[in-house]
Amino acid sequence: MSEDRHMIPVWLFVGILLFLYGILIFVSGLAEWSHPPNTELSNLHAPVWWGAIMIAMGALFIQTFRPGKKTK
Amino acid sequence: MIEIGVLLSHLLIVPAAATGRMISLRPVDLAIIVIYFAAVLGIGFYLKGYAKRGEDFFVAGREMSAWVAGLAFISANLGSLELLGWAGNAYQYGILAAHWYWVGAIPAMLFLALVMMPFYYICRTHSVPGYLELRYGRATSGLSAITFAVMTILMSGVNMYAMAVVMQVILGWNLHFSIWVSSLTVGIYVALGGLFSAIFNEVIQFFLIWLGALLIPILGLIEAGGWSGMVARIQQNFPGRDFTHMWGPMVNPSQNPMGVQWVAIVFGLGAVLSMGYWTTDFLVVQRIIAAKDIRAAKTAPIIGAFFKMAVPFIVILPGLLGRAVLPFHLYPADVARAGQHTYDQVLPLMMARYLGPGLLGLGITALIAGFMSGMAGNISAFATVWTYDIYRPFIKKDGTDRHYVAMGRWCTMIGLLISIGAAYIVTHFGSLMDYVQALFSFFIAPLFGTVIIGMLWKRATKKAGFWGLLAGITTAITIFALMRGHPERVAWFCFYAGAKPLAQQMWQALWAFIAVVTVSVLVTLVTKPRPDAELRGLVMGLTEVPSEGDLPLVKRPVFWAGVCFAVFLVLQWIFR
Repeated sequence: MSEDRHMIPVWLFVGILLFLYGILIFVSGLAEWSHPPNTELSNLHAPVWWGAIMIAMGALFIQTFRPGKKTK
Repeated sequence: MIEIGVLLSHLLIVPAAATGRMISLRPVDLAIIVIYFAAVLGIGFYLKGYAKRGEDFFVAGREMSAWVAGLAFISANLGSLELLGWAGNAYQYGILAAHWYWVGAIPAMLFLALVMMPFYYICRTHSVPGYLELRYGRATSGLSAITFAVMTILMSGVNMYAMAVVMQVILGWNLHFSIWVSSLTVGIYVALGGLFSAIFNEVIQFFLIWLGALLIPILGLIEAGGWSGMVARIQQNFPGRDFTHMWGPMVNPSQNPMGVQWVAIVFGLGAVLSMGYWTTDFLVVQRIIAAKDIRAAKTAPIIGAFFKMAVPFIVILPGLLGRAVLPFHLYPADVARAGQHTYDQVLPLMMARYLGPGLLGLGITALIAGFMSGMAGNISAFATVWTYDIYRPFIKKDGTDRHYVAMGRWCTMIGLLISIGAAYIVTHFGSLMDYVQALFSFFIAPLFGTVIIGMLWKRATKKAGFWGLLAGITTAITIFALMRGHPERVAWFCFYAGAKPLAQQMWQALWAFIAVVTVSVLVTLVTKPRPDAELRGLVMGLTEVPSEGDLPLVKRPVFWAGVCFAVFLVLQWIFR
């Protein structure tokens, strides 16, 4: 999209935001590992794996749509 | 979506005990929310340089890929009131609520893709009223544009107020703070980057909504022991009641809590109401008009349809899971007592149940993103219709392109301020809200009737378009007025006195559509048709739609529409 006008693809913005959020959530999950919050199923440590998934998704978008890389 | 009107009234009646906050945020949650606001504003400033021409500001340069247009299309519809309201409906009505996502959306979206989009795209219209001007002339277009502009801006204000109340209830946020911060953010990024900015942010919002909401059904199903475990728990908690079948209870309206029969669902909702919303409500259609070519324009609604089919997973399932796992019952807003929660609070309750710091911030950001995407949809559609369908034809015909872009930016902010004004009026006169919501629903079904007759029947005349549309609107208003406050009259139009507001809305739409068709046909028969030459590119039979025969099967929109429809049928069968 918009390659002709050298517009940054929206997917790069998506990737950066997911990556940032993933890090925040992942770190927050690690920080509460030994004293999880008072929520149901906190023993599953959802923030850790959900944060990791978001980091992976964000990294994939950034890698695929980073400036200078030809995409089709 | 139009049926939100009924839900809103429930959302806004908050029992006294529920006015304390339900959820507390930690610094990491606040950081996630602040980053989101910074990101959407940053994107608006970045895109300002790309939105200098009218074609850029109002239709995003018509260069969106199918995926971008499709995700923006679905995101503009995924408002947070939709998420909260339909999760509450799922708690109240069970899986019946999923009809609004499946039969009430998928056939209409596929119909838009395969039948209607080629006409919108080939005639190069910038809006739905723009199509009506080409097809029926200025009178019909003006009627449609003015009603759309007024209703869109009022609806935006009502939604703004409703969302601020939700934030007050869930988070304890100040009402004025929520209204001003969220609406000014939307206003700034839309005024700067126009539809480019709205669409970019809608794509981001799409991801946030899904990632913020998806964990709730996943963790809920783990806790409940899967689907069968959830069904067993619901039966244990609410013995003798069926919340997990969609079509079985539809045979007799007295057998389901909605008071609706399958005829109203299939014809009122599936064939008229949803067709009206998904194919003629400019708020969503605008995203598809911005597609880069006709194949992208046809593919985008199909992509949207696949995701729409999946939305019940993050909206309906949490409502059902609420029945299964919450240790207390929820109640209708008008009967909940102190200390009790209402149906529409089921989603925040489930968020508080499963989401800890960080994830909670993401979930709240998903709600804020949903609100802002819906509002940006309203504001950007208003700016286009006001500038191109009201200001240009009726006020200043000879302006330059630059002048109209400036008008688009100004009316974005002015429209926003009117919305804020409407929000404050509703704050003081709550009952007005119901009427504003109802007003919006008056126009959807008649507009669909007028547009579809214009596209499929070349004989339909200019006068038929205008009088048919007016007759449909009048019929909808009359039926609404007759049923309002007179439950005994509900049976006149709904064939069942116990029909609930959602069912009444379906019948009202069906009668309005019938009125449009009847009047349009009668007026056409006594008026002079337009010559074929004037209708080329606008009407079936006189429009050459590019063939896709040379494309491989997997690149043809019709193939994916077929796959989507097959999945839709399978879902109906599974949850019958």
